[in-house]
Amino acid sequence: MNEKTRVPLVHISRRQSLPWYRAWAIRAAAIVLALLACAVITTLLTGENPIAVYGAMIEGAFGTSRRIWVLLQNVAILLCVSLAVTPAFKMRFWNIGGEGQIMAGCLATAACMITLRDVMPNWLLIVTMFVSSLLAGAIWGLIPAFFKAKWNTNETLFTLMMNYVATQLVAFFIIIWESPKGSGNVGIINQSTQAGWLPYIGGNRYLLNILVVALLTVGMYIYLKYTKHGYEIAVVGESERTARYVGIKVERVIMRTMLISGAICGLAGFLLVAGTDHTITTTISASRGFTAVMVSWLAKFSPIFMVLTSFLIEFLSRGASEIATQFGLNHAFGDILTGVILFFIIGSEFFITYKLHFRGHSGKAAEKNV
Amino acid sequence: MFDFISFIPRAVAQSVPLLLGSTGETLTQKSGNLNLGLPGVMYVGAICGVIGSFMYETNTPAGEMNALFAVGIPVLCCLAGSLLMGLLYCFLTVTLRANQNVTGLALTTFGVGFGNFFGGSLIRLTDSEVPSIALTATSSYFKATLPFAEDLGWFGQLFLNYGALTYIAIAIALICSYFLKRTRSGLNLRAVGEDPATADAAGINVTRYKYKATCVGCMIAGLGGLYYVMDYASGVWSNDAFGDRGWLAIALVIFTMWRPAVSIFASILFGGLYILYLFIPTGTNLAVKELYKMLPYLVTIVVLVVVSMRKSRENEPPAHLGLAYFREER
Amino acid sequence: MDGKTAAVQMRDITKSFGSVLANDRVWLDIYKGEILALLGENGSGKTTLMNMLAGIYFPDAGQIYVDGREVVIRSPRDAFGLGIGMIHQHFKLVDVLTAAENIILGLPGKERLDIKAVAARVREISEKYGFEIDPMQKVYDMSVSQKQTVEIVKVLYRGADILILDEPTAVLTPQETDRLFAVLRSMRADGKAIVIITHKLHEVEELSDRVAILRRGHFVGDMPTKKTNAAEMTSMMVGHPVELNIKRPEPKNPQPRLEVKHLTVKDAEGVTKIDDVSFTAYSGEVLGVAGISGSGQKELLEAIAGLHRAEGGSITYIDPETGKEEELVGKDPRDISDMGVALSFVPEDRLGMGLVGDMDLSDNMMLRSFRRGRGFFTDRKSPHKLAERVVEELGVNTPSIETPVRRLSGGNVQKVLVGREISSAPTVLLTAYAVRGLDINSSYTIYDLINKQKERGVAVVYVGEDLDVLLELCDRILVLCGGKVSGLVPGRGATKRRVGLMMTKLGGGADDE
Repeated sequence: MNEKTRVPLVHISRRQSLPWYRAWAIRAAAIVLALLACAVITTLLTGENPIAVYGAMIEGAFGTSRRIWVLLQNVAILLCVSLAVTPAFKMRFWNIGGEGQIMAGCLATAACMITLRDVMPNWLLIVTMFVSSLLAGAIWGLIPAFFKAKWNTNETLFTLMMNYVATQLVAFFIIIWESPKGSGNVGIINQSTQAGWLPYIGGNRYLLNILVVALLTVGMYIYLKYTKHGYEIAVVGESERTARYVGIKVERVIMRTMLISGAICGLAGFLLVAGTDHTITTTISASRGFTAVMVSWLAKFSPIFMVLTSFLIEFLSRGASEIATQFGLNHAFGDILTGVILFFIIGSEFFITYKLHFRGHSGKAAEKNV
Repeated sequence: MFDFISFIPRAVAQSVPLLLGSTGETLTQKSGNLNLGLPGVMYVGAICGVIGSFMYETNTPAGEMNALFAVGIPVLCCLAGSLLMGLLYCFLTVTLRANQNVTGLALTTFGVGFGNFFGGSLIRLTDSEVPSIALTATSSYFKATLPFAEDLGWFGQLFLNYGALTYIAIAIALICSYFLKRTRSGLNLRAVGEDPATADAAGINVTRYKYKATCVGCMIAGLGGLYYVMDYASGVWSNDAFGDRGWLAIALVIFTMWRPAVSIFASILFGGLYILYLFIPTGTNLAVKELYKMLPYLVTIVVLVVVSMRKSRENEPPAHLGLAYFREER
Repeated sequence: MDGKTAAVQMRDITKSFGSVLANDRVWLDIYKGEILALLGENGSGKTTLMNMLAGIYFPDAGQIYVDGREVVIRSPRDAFGLGIGMIHQHFKLVDVLTAAENIILGLPGKERLDIKAVAARVREISEKYGFEIDPMQKVYDMSVSQKQTVEIVKVLYRGADILILDEPTAVLTPQETDRLFAVLRSMRADGKAIVIITHKLHEVEELSDRVAILRRGHFVGDMPTKKTNAAEMTSMMVGHPVELNIKRPEPKNPQPRLEVKHLTVKDAEGVTKIDDVSFTAYSGEVLGVAGISGSGQKELLEAIAGLHRAEGGSITYIDPETGKEEELVGKDPRDISDMGVALSFVPEDRLGMGLVGDMDLSDNMMLRSFRRGRGFFTDRKSPHKLAERVVEELGVNTPSIETPVRRLSGGNVQKVLVGREISSAPTVLLTAYAVRGLDINSSYTIYDLINKQKERGVAVVYVGEDLDVLLELCDRILVLCGGKVSGLVPGRGATKRRVGLMMTKLGGGADDE
């Protein structure tokens, strides 16, 4: 008769709060676990010992001063895109069209470099490139925002489709600007005159990009935290009804925020074409628009933490690329490692938000009362 | 004159990965999971099939291949790979309640990387002596058509001249359509995606439904990747060739308002738009072709906007799409 | 005891949410062929207790016996298996499905759906107990009472012998309530055990056979309904005899402050919610708005606050200083505050509209003030000070100013909201269901705050659901019925019966037809 009472093994409840350092400790633990998992995977595939694998990664990221600069430059661009998508995410606007907005910026920059190179002085050319890239990115971001604000059109797919429209537009212009004809690419733009190339600071090609993004990081931090706009974004993101209740014009905030988001992506495009690559291809943004979504989310939308998360992602991809080279593997290996690490960090959020209770004590409590 | 007789079969060939992808994603979304990892899943499905058949083909002397194994091995590998991706997605979003958008994007990064990595390194990893992955023998089984299809003129060309996976894709779409509309589990699944709290209160195991729908959805989508390599690309793997079809498949889900049966025609339409540039005479102006390639994306955008403008209760996405469910949330 | 058979026995049931102990070692018996009224204030743990029977929550400790056998109810499915069905206050129906589809949701059976057979069975049940229901109607096309019917049929379809109804009459008209009670009585006659959760004493007296009372998560006692009375039940609910008297100072020098003329408002679906409504709110008085839930109260307040577009009519604000008249129709909340109209609004949905749940107290104070000042930057110091002041003056129980308001209890959330709204020295204060879900003490704090505003010369519009409170607190009561003004009665001297009749019938109570 005395059937043993069965109770659920694990019970989950939402945490009341968790001190920030414990939250970050959990995330750090997840990263460590993820790195271990990555080492195991690499070892299985290459047969090398894990220490050598880590060595190769560090070598790939920091091996020479050139590599360090390339790493920093990549971090800067990724950070720039992550900063761009952040205000939109805080507003719960899922902009996964960073890719297209970067492309729009790249295209505008390249168009100015090619068509205006002979008609204006270099400084004016650069200013024109800068302004038009911002505008192009802003327009690319504004289109889906307009429809979202007016008719609540699904922004995730709209921005996604805008990526491909931008890619095809770039493909179209690449054929028009082809050089040499029939090669299928644009080549280095203005190689001889260097018209429209961003100046080297102290002889360093990447320093200017890095400085621009550093300034932008501080600016975005202040914008989100201390300005009226930033506050409006937070309120709209948390509750549109509350926003309307206090007289925030939600449609305007959505459009304004995406304008900023798109413009900063456009800036990233400008830095890529005028500062780094001096050419344009259909893959120039290298999925940064997507990676940025994860960088931003991993940092909990905080511009300061984004410096760390974008560094982590870039370090991994440079490191993984070095492993691939050293062991003769395909370069997509980096994506696998990035994916694995993301899974660990995404999973770790659960342990920050929720608490697990293992049944046992309460089960006993139930038994003593017959 | 526009050459429909050769255009339509090619549009259909393009449509199959889109159809399988969108059917799988519809099933997934009906459970309330917005799986943006679909492109990754399709890559993984494709490469797992390729790995399986590569192992089989390189280890079997030519002429001794068995049709059952040649088809069965890649299909099983593909299903297993996609299933694992589905389980991973569910574990993160359902069990650990992670953000679906971020998880999906991570899954896509991982899956595309996984596909390209093994596609690019398979030969080295297995120390094979072949120059590239070209599974022509396996592909010939996948591409086998009815022997008399060729003899039936335009009718055979338009309707019978496809590999088995094409018909299977259509059958799956019809079955899913029936399942969602006319069966008890389909009804329960719709309830889970609309209102998990209500479904839960009605005694439906929300977690199990989400897992099942998402995993089956991923396996169906994975077949789309497999079709692409084995049938469309004749068994030749090249990195990134699959392209953005996964994303288009997600767009198709909205385009069809979550109706797999409609997707049969919509995917052929998209497939047609995808290759229309090949059929429109542009002379020497190659650049214009690039603009024609925008068509499927522009059409999707127009449909998105039109759907959002004329709101109707029947055409809305599952109300709880994209959100995690926690019973004791207060 | 007296030949009754216990259907359910709950023993030492304990359940906590975080630090809140919702049920503390509760004992409860439910008998067959009996209607039990489970009584208690909001937050006393009645719903939580019943949710554990229905498998929504799992108890931290304690035992449940059904038909004398100990059972473990881990999920709603387990509950159905034991013949327990619960009709929740917020209906658990899927909007886009039909009644029949909702009814068979989650049931085992042949995989192929035979909706016709389901519909026939639904009609059979409906006839047996006297329901009216169209099995093929979509839920989003249904009225509240139709939805409730679907819920009850859903439970009966599953063969429930133990029915739990959570505040079933809160959303019904008196006629619908009568019909529901008739159905419940015929189920009792059929031998079913019925629990109704309520806090309306007259319903308890009218319907139930036995009352069980919970207070702050504790079981206080139970007794046959016939052997108790309203006063005893109230004191058991509250814990001490309560003098249920609300202060009502005489209005001082009332001046017209807000004139509403021929106001017409439609909702998003184009249904007229406010139909040609006219009234004037005076300074220094509390104007009550009574009506059955959904009679247009929400739309009326939102239209005044600029949150809902008016189709026609005018809303005129008369400035107390200058006597200048301002038209509010066609303005949004921001325009209204820019015009210098000091209008405050305490909306019904506190965390979804009035406050941002995930922001802390200080940031929530900022909602009203962040636009102040010319610059690009927000001022964060004064909201912080205001938050401290509200916490101190209204006795908000919070760990700190930096606590997200979602973590506070209902009463404290409302204090934060009301505190912010009155801090801007309003001349018009709109409140919607200001004491809903609050315990007696918090409710009285809110009444006091409202009276203080009234004495300051504010025109208060108080939308309420509890007629007793409306009759005690308000100087005049505007009664709405189906979006029209059914009458405007003085708060002093009006009877509950008269207002009740006006709520259900246009101009009712003036003449009995």
